Amino acid sequence: MTTQTLTHVANPELAARWRRATEEPAWVRWTLIGVALTFLALFLVLPLLVVLYGAFEQGLQVWWAAISEPDALAAIRLSLLVVLIVVPINLVFGVAAAWAIAKFEFRGKPILISLIDMPFAISPVVVGLIFVILFGSQGWLGPWLAAHDMRIIFAVPGIVIVIAFGTMPFIARELIPLMQQQGKEEEEASLTLGASGWKTFWYVTLPNIKWGLIYGVILCNARALGEFGAVAVVSGRIRGETNTMPLHIEVLYNEYMFTAAFAVSSLLTGLALVTIAVKSFVEWLDERNRPAIASH
Amino acid sequence: MFFSAKQRRVIPGFGLTMGFSLLYLGFIFLIPVGGLLLYTSLMSWDEFWSAVSHPQVVASYKLSFGASLIGATINLVFGALVAWVLVRYRFPGKKIVDALVDLPFALPTAVAGIALVTLYASTGWVGQYLNVFGIRVAYSQLGVVIALTYIGLPFVVRTVQPVLEDLEAEREEASASLGASRFTTIRRVILPSLLPALLTGYALAFARAVGEYGSVVFISGNMPYRTEITPLLIVAKAEQYDYNGAAAIGTVMLVAAFLLLLLINGLQWWTQRRGL
Amino acid sequence: MSIEIDRVNKRFGDFVAVDNVSLTLNDGELTALLGPSGSGKTTLLRIIAGLEQPDSGRIRFHGQDTTDLHVSDRGVGFVFQHYALFKHMSVYENVAYGLTVRPRSQRPSKAEIRKKVMHLLEMVQLDWTADRLPSQLSGGQRQRIALARALAVEPKVLLLDEPFGALDAKVRAELRRWLRRLHDEIHVTSVFVTHDQEEALEVSDRVVVMNKGKVEQDGSPEQVYDNPANPFVYQFLGNVNLFHARVQDGVARIGSVSLAAPEYAGQRDSRALAYVRPHDIEVLGDRRDDALHAQIELVSVVGPTVRLELRTDNSESVVQAELTKHRFRELGLGQGSDAWIRPVNSRVFLEDGELQAG
Repeated sequence: MTTQTLTHVANPELAARWRRATEEPAWVRWTLIGVALTFLALFLVLPLLVVLYGAFEQGLQVWWAAISEPDALAAIRLSLLVVLIVVPINLVFGVAAAWAIAKFEFRGKPILISLIDMPFAISPVVVGLIFVILFGSQGWLGPWLAAHDMRIIFAVPGIVIVIAFGTMPFIARELIPLMQQQGKEEEEASLTLGASGWKTFWYVTLPNIKWGLIYGVILCNARALGEFGAVAVVSGRIRGETNTMPLHIEVLYNEYMFTAAFAVSSLLTGLALVTIAVKSFVEWLDERNRPAIASH
Repeated sequence: MFFSAKQRRVIPGFGLTMGFSLLYLGFIFLIPVGGLLLYTSLMSWDEFWSAVSHPQVVASYKLSFGASLIGATINLVFGALVAWVLVRYRFPGKKIVDALVDLPFALPTAVAGIALVTLYASTGWVGQYLNVFGIRVAYSQLGVVIALTYIGLPFVVRTVQPVLEDLEAEREEASASLGASRFTTIRRVILPSLLPALLTGYALAFARAVGEYGSVVFISGNMPYRTEITPLLIVAKAEQYDYNGAAAIGTVMLVAAFLLLLLINGLQWWTQRRGL
Repeated sequence: MSIEIDRVNKRFGDFVAVDNVSLTLNDGELTALLGPSGSGKTTLLRIIAGLEQPDSGRIRFHGQDTTDLHVSDRGVGFVFQHYALFKHMSVYENVAYGLTVRPRSQRPSKAEIRKKVMHLLEMVQLDWTADRLPSQLSGGQRQRIALARALAVEPKVLLLDEPFGALDAKVRAELRRWLRRLHDEIHVTSVFVTHDQEEALEVSDRVVVMNKGKVEQDGSPEQVYDNPANPFVYQFLGNVNLFHARVQDGVARIGSVSLAAPEYAGQRDSRALAYVRPHDIEVLGDRRDDALHAQIELVSVVGPTVRLELRTDNSESVVQAELTKHRFRELGLGQGSDAWIRPVNSRVFLEDGELQAG
């Protein structure tokens, strides 16, 4: 009986070569995978490895010495200070802008979204230049600032401002599509049940956007720590004072202290890896939740 | 017909959030950008023109825009390929590869810059082999292209990926059932649906590359007329307190960025309309 | 608590969503707002709730003006079409939400909240789901939780927006009977929006038919079905055939068929349209003078009933008739047969411009 049914199966060779209408032949598939992976290995993996190799080539002690010497510590401290100021401001801005854009209809909404996008397109160098022209010693407000004994350019405030400018979009861009997709029914339900606006935001909106918010904050944090072009223009590179981590890396590299440069780089690289790991995790959560939402 | 005096919105917080958003945008963005444009507009036309048309500056435009165009084109081809492979095929480590695509977006540009120059220097891991064939990457225009390709890499992949995921298999099956070969189906059915997303990614990669500074300055060597990109010239002029020259070139870059953003918005609008 | 809707208007840009609507909904009644999509019924419901603001007009609850009261202070229970359950909260937390967000001074104790929530969950027969997430429930279960959540704050009025719209046919039928029974128990003034005439007729005490932002008819389900106020209501509530007729002195004539139309007793000869439901058309196998000749074009058997499509001699449109399978067998007719049809019950409306004289 069984053997009889088996004979009904067509030529096994042909059967093995059967493929779906949406598939390419195996050799095409593997060629394309090979080319893509080679490209990515060359452009993504090798730079990553070269940083880690350069940082740890001479052992953990040298690495530790490079990141714990005073100038490096000063750069790390300054970078962290900037992040502590910039990220909360951009967090508040991101939530506020996303709330206004996602929950309300108003004229000029596309223009507002484009404005939030602008820092993506503007060269960081131009951002730095703008503030030098406004606040630099030869700039418009320079003499007034000097008369009042205030420094913005070649000082911490200038660094904070240009980084805030450059990283402004990240949290907002993460939240806007997320909140638009959530709609406003849950908020309306909460209001009909007597909750105030703040309670609605806190108990209903925030839990729904939690992971997007966390990713936005981490991305904003990574970009703020890594911002280079704009800071290069406004910082003046005063060692131990206005050097952020990327500027410190540049200084070390230009002084041929490659191992130290890579050691400090390895910290920022680790942070970048954490950032993309969090992104993958958030996307995984989103995908896991999606079928449940779709069946609503 | 009469209207109530006050138009009230049911969900609270519009005034607060909109007010704060506009205030912040105004202070950190609109006023400064307006300031630069005003500063430039106060210059005489001759002064502006001689600053932006100096041969050294023109050479830098050619390099910045030319290398960005080449980099974006490389990303167009390989980005589409990577997106295709990530969406359509299964292979071990796919999740990790997918995550790594965002690396150029998250890694500080200065770190990318020193990593690339170390790789492609004549003694570097890659550079030493290219050197055998007489190809120099570091401190050449090719190096600029490599750096700009690197930082633009995520854009095409990330714009094409979702569109590719949403493509219905049925359209491909319909094409195949009508007798089209796989290659014809890809060319006539899939590629046209991807076109707006591909162009959007292309424009994004290009826009990002034109303004890039950190990852380029290490590998380019910054030789005047040869490997000097426009953002570098702006930095140099600002450091020499030549604010007029810097502002003039900065304005050119700002206008270019603005036009590119308009183009990108148009393309995104097109993508969404196509998606329906 | 009665709801008074007083000359309410609402437009969105050029689109008039609610056009000068006035209605009074009585205490304890279950009212259906019935209409096609875009008829303004959902907008009207959201205006009652305070989720939209009317451009003009007032809303009063039991005589008290609530038009300018914010939705969170209005004391309405609103059940959303897609439930709008809080995804990240358990069923228990969802139902308790309205109580837990109250200011501390008005908040019941934890034990009281627990008692109340469990009581509501028992009432909707879902007490066993308390610890689950909304995503683990079926559509019908989610809808009942949404209802329990709305009832937890003891609303003065209960508003439901297409409450069964997203459910499949069987669950829908069960749930609407259940809602009817529930309403009989708790007797809170309720309004629900639907585009499904069967649902409106089955569940409600009162049906308000809306079209293009206006109220077309307002009455008990029976009144609305048996005595539609105008052609729109007639067509919206079930299938209907249209016959061109002439009306004179209380008699409507369709070809050789005469029908009584006593409401037009004093009418001079005018053009009119007669509306006849398919089951009010008698189908005969033999010629009769007071019947129209027609040919059977299509026979379809749907369970116990037979639907016929017939074409009369001078009509371009098809007449639909419905009869029992038993009766159809008796007639011995089939596709292509000649038949005679006679409207046994109809409603006549004058055509536009043919005003009644006295």
